[in-house]
Amino acid sequence: MQGMSPIVKNMTRLVAGFIVLFGVYIVLYGHMTPGGGFAGGVILAGGLALVVLAFGEEFARKALTHEAAKTADSIGAMLFLLIALLGYAGGVFFTNLLPVGEVGKLFSAGIIAPCNIAIGIKVGAGLFGVFVALAVFRRAGAGSSTGMIEG
Amino acid sequence: MTLAMAPYMLAFLIFVVGLYAIVAKRNLIKVIVGLLILDYAANLLLVLVGYRTPAEGAPVAPILVGGAEKAADLAASAVDPLPQALVLTSIVIGLSVTALVVALAIRLHEKYGTFDTGLMRNLKG
Amino acid sequence: MDQVVPLLVAIPLAGGFLIPVIGRFTKSHRVTAILPIVMACGLLVIAILLLARPGETVVYWVGGWTFPIGISLVADGLSKLVVLIIAVVSLLALLFSLDYMTRYTSPGLYYGLFMLMVAGMVGVVISGDLFNIFVFLEIAGIASYALVAYGTEADELEASFKYLVLSAIASAFILLGIAFVYSVTGHLNLAKIAEVIRMGGGLTTPLYVAAAFFIMGFGLKAAMVPFHAWLPDAHPSAPAPISAMLSGVLIKACGVYVLCRLTFSVLGNHQAFGTILVVLGTLSMVLGALMAIGQGDLKRLLAYSSISQVGYVVLAVGAGLVGLGLAKDSEPLAAAARLAVFGGLFHLVNHAVFKSLLFLCSGSIEYATGSRRLDQLSGLGKRMPVTGWTLRVGALAISGVPPFGGFWSKVIIILALTHMAVLVHWAFYIPVALAVATAVVTLVYYAKVQRSILGGEPSDAAKGAREVPFAMCLASVLLAVLCLASALIVLPSVRARLVDPAVRVLSAGAGSTVEPATASEDSEARTPAAAQVAVKEGMTP
Repeated sequence: MQGMSPIVKNMTRLVAGFIVLFGVYIVLYGHMTPGGGFAGGVILAGGLALVVLAFGEEFARKALTHEAAKTADSIGAMLFLLIALLGYAGGVFFTNLLPVGEVGKLFSAGIIAPCNIAIGIKVGAGLFGVFVALAVFRRAGAGSSTGMIEG
Repeated sequence: MTLAMAPYMLAFLIFVVGLYAIVAKRNLIKVIVGLLILDYAANLLLVLVGYRTPAEGAPVAPILVGGAEKAADLAASAVDPLPQALVLTSIVIGLSVTALVVALAIRLHEKYGTFDTGLMRNLKG
Repeated sequence: MDQVVPLLVAIPLAGGFLIPVIGRFTKSHRVTAILPIVMACGLLVIAILLLARPGETVVYWVGGWTFPIGISLVADGLSKLVVLIIAVVSLLALLFSLDYMTRYTSPGLYYGLFMLMVAGMVGVVISGDLFNIFVFLEIAGIASYALVAYGTEADELEASFKYLVLSAIASAFILLGIAFVYSVTGHLNLAKIAEVIRMGGGLTTPLYVAAAFFIMGFGLKAAMVPFHAWLPDAHPSAPAPISAMLSGVLIKACGVYVLCRLTFSVLGNHQAFGTILVVLGTLSMVLGALMAIGQGDLKRLLAYSSISQVGYVVLAVGAGLVGLGLAKDSEPLAAAARLAVFGGLFHLVNHAVFKSLLFLCSGSIEYATGSRRLDQLSGLGKRMPVTGWTLRVGALAISGVPPFGGFWSKVIIILALTHMAVLVHWAFYIPVALAVATAVVTLVYYAKVQRSILGGEPSDAAKGAREVPFAMCLASVLLAVLCLASALIVLPSVRARLVDPAVRVLSAGAGSTVEPATASEDSEARTPAAAQVAVKEGMTP
């Protein structure tokens, strides 16, 4: 896969940033509007997948690698678990330590927003990893890995 | 069976279609599609369970705006949010299962050069 | 102290995500294996801490949110017992993996998936609500599908595909069942569902449909006979420590445990479900053993034997369910039912120990000779003395030869069933006769295994065989010792700590176990009475 035509590449250059930005928005505003970590993460992964499709396999191997996706995936999951474990500082597993704030403001809803960010990282990286494992590296390296498993 | 039951029955019908695809089809990809249909039918039924018709007007999305004092109003007019949360979780699970099963199918295709289960040793029937 | 309950899930889950990252920086299997082994030890310590207070039910509300918003984790007698089994078997399987897994690549992925599977199983066992059971079931399931396919040969991929598809069908049915239960009761908390059902005067048609879906779904996960097709492919295809985990723990935590929990503690119409379980259990017991006879592949034989032995467990538990349903005023019948439940849980513990041992032995043999065909193996008794003796111990224990634990649990099951036949209906003599016959058949095919593998002159494959490395031997020997030690459960003092709290949880019936607020007082109040009854009826065999 050598990448697509210059038209596609240029359009991707224009659009990809906005797609990723939109994903980040959905993640950050997850506690107030429909969406949240999972939906935002899927949009993030979609933006990255678009880049890989437009610029081809070589680009994927250099910039957006499978390994990086796996690591980010684990980091997201660990972040989520860390937030849960931090609850012990407040006495109970997974309890809320942050101020609840005012409904409708960006800095509100306690630990839900950090949780959404962790889930966003996890889902974005995980889904992109699945995409890369299934689409790009299949022909290149059969037998390299069993594919991404965690969702 | 009244008309109100019809959506549930249709969800069941979809479920049965999924089962049929898994049992009767010999192509791995079709089996996977059957699996997805099965999954979505179960999700659909779960969402239907959470649907509530309020006393007046159409049901609204369960988003609380305007503070705690509006909670009672919302509870009277909104659909049940819990099944929606469950379905979201179930969709995430379905996603990871699908990713895994597709990866398996690709590997099987590499080994056998075909998606036909009849030509594989242990997957007949 | 109660604060440790969420750690049971959090520790292996953290392992599941940390270990793959560690695995990227080191190629060494041993370095990667340190963290999972430490974590499994941690799990074992927590399980023992929880068991140190036998009669107590710990209800933990995640995040401090209580009913109706919160999610509860419940550690009662039954959960504690199953968590202990999971911790012991996973620790020993990890120990075995130290040397065994050196022939596979990417240890980080292997140990990560292993811990993810453990997290899923522990989660199923300590969840207090129906949907979390489903979620953890899927976590354990996804990890196990990937582990079955770990070798990425055609056979393994096909087995994994079959396992995945059938398991996904089971999950869809379970989800449908959950939808039905939620629509009728409006709750997902197990205790609350049970309460609503009890208050509403028993089961309605939608709940019967839901129960049918649950029995089908979890029966498939537990590989009961009409739904067993995936197991003989999936379990042998996995690497040996994973086979040990799948056969030893996974089908129990994800199948039998949830079936027991739902039928005994939640749904509550004892007799109907009990009869179904008795029929399914008897079928599995007999057909599993019959199909095991003809197998030429050691691991496949062990897989069929798992179906048969889990059949014993389900049969006993189902008989207990029937007995409890009928024993409104009849104290002897209730005692017989409790004895049946005790026998079933005792056999569950035993089966976890000896089947893990046998799968690890089959792994050792495959490691040393490269083959697991019975006709290609012989004369290994002299070449591999440690593996030979542990295999003998495992085979004797599973065939029900005294003084191993397997003998006592089978005797108790048969005894309890005979009681039931006298007290309830003569039809219970059928499973009694079949249970005895199956025990004989089991003895025969394991005798065949021992004679053909261990006895005789070394075959071509066995000529070059040497004893396996130390860690693998150690894991097998420890399990062999446990096979013998599990016989101690018949002693009243050991039994009162380990199994009796679990029996009490099940025999207390619907609506009284996973109570959100009043659980601990409840079980405190019940304890002395139940213990007295047990002593009075002379239930110690």
